[in-house]
Amino acid sequence: MEQLLVALGSMALGVGACALYFWGSNRLLDLVFPARSAHAAANIRRANLIRPWLFLGPAVIILTVYLVYPVLNSIWLSLHGRTGEEFVGLDNYVWLFGDDGFRESIRNNLLWLVVVPAASTFFGLIAAALTDRIAWGNIAKSLIFMPMAISFIGASVIWKFIYDVRAADVEQIGLLNAIVVALGGAPQAWIALPFWNNFFLMVILIWIQTGFAMVILSAALRGIPEETVEAAVLDGANPLQIFLKIKVPQIWGTIAVVWTTITILVLKVFDIVLAMTNGQWGTQVLANFMFDWMFRGLDFGRAATIALVIMALVVPIMIWNIREAQKDA
Amino acid sequence: MEGIAGRKPALIWAVHLSVVLLVVLWTLPTFGLLVSSFRDKDQLSVSGWWTSLTSTERNLVVRAPAPDDKGAQRQEGAFHVITGNVFDGGGAGAVSAFGVSSQDPSAFAVGETAVLKDGERVSVTETGDFRIEADQPMTGKRGQRLFVTVLEPPLFTLDNYRTVLLSEGIGRSFINTLTVTIPATIIPILIAAFAGYALAWMRFPGRTFLVAMVVGLIVVPLQMSLIPLLRLYTDIGIGKSYVGIWLAHTGFGLPLAIYLLRNYIKGLPKEIIESARVDGASDFEIFVKIVLPLSFPALASFAIFQFLWVWNDLLVATVFLGNNEEQLVMTGRLRELLGSRGGNWEILTASAFVSIAVPLAVFFALQRYLVRGLLAGSVK
Repeated sequence: MEQLLVALGSMALGVGACALYFWGSNRLLDLVFPARSAHAAANIRRANLIRPWLFLGPAVIILTVYLVYPVLNSIWLSLHGRTGEEFVGLDNYVWLFGDDGFRESIRNNLLWLVVVPAASTFFGLIAAALTDRIAWGNIAKSLIFMPMAISFIGASVIWKFIYDVRAADVEQIGLLNAIVVALGGAPQAWIALPFWNNFFLMVILIWIQTGFAMVILSAALRGIPEETVEAAVLDGANPLQIFLKIKVPQIWGTIAVVWTTITILVLKVFDIVLAMTNGQWGTQVLANFMFDWMFRGLDFGRAATIALVIMALVVPIMIWNIREAQKDA
Repeated sequence: MEGIAGRKPALIWAVHLSVVLLVVLWTLPTFGLLVSSFRDKDQLSVSGWWTSLTSTERNLVVRAPAPDDKGAQRQEGAFHVITGNVFDGGGAGAVSAFGVSSQDPSAFAVGETAVLKDGERVSVTETGDFRIEADQPMTGKRGQRLFVTVLEPPLFTLDNYRTVLLSEGIGRSFINTLTVTIPATIIPILIAAFAGYALAWMRFPGRTFLVAMVVGLIVVPLQMSLIPLLRLYTDIGIGKSYVGIWLAHTGFGLPLAIYLLRNYIKGLPKEIIESARVDGASDFEIFVKIVLPLSFPALASFAIFQFLWVWNDLLVATVFLGNNEEQLVMTGRLRELLGSRGGNWEILTASAFVSIAVPLAVFFALQRYLVRGLLAGSVK
């Protein structure tokens, strides 16, 4: 009970302080430059110069401290040793490109980058196209979308249970091995199976992300003008042709957005690998590799260098996004 | 959209079947977890959850009362006997076979009599009653071991939940997660709503640059921020605290929040805001009294987004919170259990379900807003 009160108290305090700032600062501005006084016009003008920054202040400060400063600081850290004190030049980068763990991470990350966005988008597109045609489509969508709400670590428990392995002479309680045994195969320790285990881990993320792809693509499919489809029907196109040649080409833009969104997520994938294998048996990825050097290796210089590599991979998408946003504005 | 596939019944059936297949594939894993978390832990460890409605065969080892114990032995006619039931220590079911040595635990069927080396005769009935019989008084400090094969009826229980909530610390972690999640959801919304309004409707130098910056920051991987912030927190003395993690989640969620809310607020009718200005309302009043209520759908969308993200986060919590009772969140606890209780599926399944119950409830109750937020966030 007591812990609950402490929790409630601190929550109220945190949220209250934030609300108080906005209310208080605006109040203060109105008091300093009253709108109804001898210098009303000048006061309103001055207040209008300052007020945007009262509104934006916390956001700009937090963005600077939490995202901009860390990028600059990481660059600085990557040129320094394990505690960030002595300058080591490019040693961290030299070490990185010669390191086996890094090569393994890059190889696996590339695999993830190819397989996960492709598979999620593919299944999402199929699910969207199929569920739009049937009466109970919305319920089906809801159920396929559901894993989206489950944490990566929760999903890892769910799938670790599916991949569970027992000795060959006892009953399997993991679904996958039970199926394999029922089909006459021998039980396998799936997540310790070199190379292929990467795919068993990817399945988890695909399972989570398909719903996301489905929701977005389904909205895009519904936005396609009826006339184009009707014209194709009149011309005698079959459903598959309509889907592949009329509908999909019209939603390429959305497919690209879904693809890049999942790509960014994949670059940061961490929880799944940490929980399932912790990078053993050849499943290391960049984000977990970085975590390793940060907490187990305790080498901030090297960890920051790995973070910068992840960042560098994201930069092209970032530039593309900014360009697109400016086109809209 | 109908009419395309509508003409051919075979095609419609194919569509229905494929959707059923997809739905089953996508829900089965979670369903298995849910069923398992309610199963008896001994059954869970020997049979798959898909067999949970049928009886489970289990091997029990029980020890009969020791002959030297007072009252264990009694005389019936010419025989000295020890009786009891194999389920005295708990459990239920039908015994199908028994044995007296670990080499061959199911050597005898029920009703048969096993004769031991010293001439003692052992029999076990289907209901679990056993009888050890000898011509002379039996001696020994340890009772005879009995191996029985039992067909147990399906057992479902809430014990797993009781265990994880009370003794595995999940209950405490639940509160910790709430303490992290609620402020980490509300604070960024407040800050982003104000910033979004300023970026949409106020005129000041640098606005275009700020918008571009926000869009760019959406994709910055948070891995980037961990070490610099950890060092910063240590230097200024925030250390590992709730305030630290609230602000961290605020920082990481802010770019998307500002972007979503700015787009939404910008789409509000210009006339409403202009006329309020003419009436002499200050921007603060316009924001609080007009924009905030009108933006409810966008605020709700982002709130659900951020709530799910913070609730499910492991990385940020691992870095910015401690590993102690007061601060360990549910995802962290789950990860710890995966390490320490790797084989105890009754603990893992129940814990996992406790941790995903809240997000699932939020998801099913507020799905509409979540979908809307996703669409606003990624379709340009």
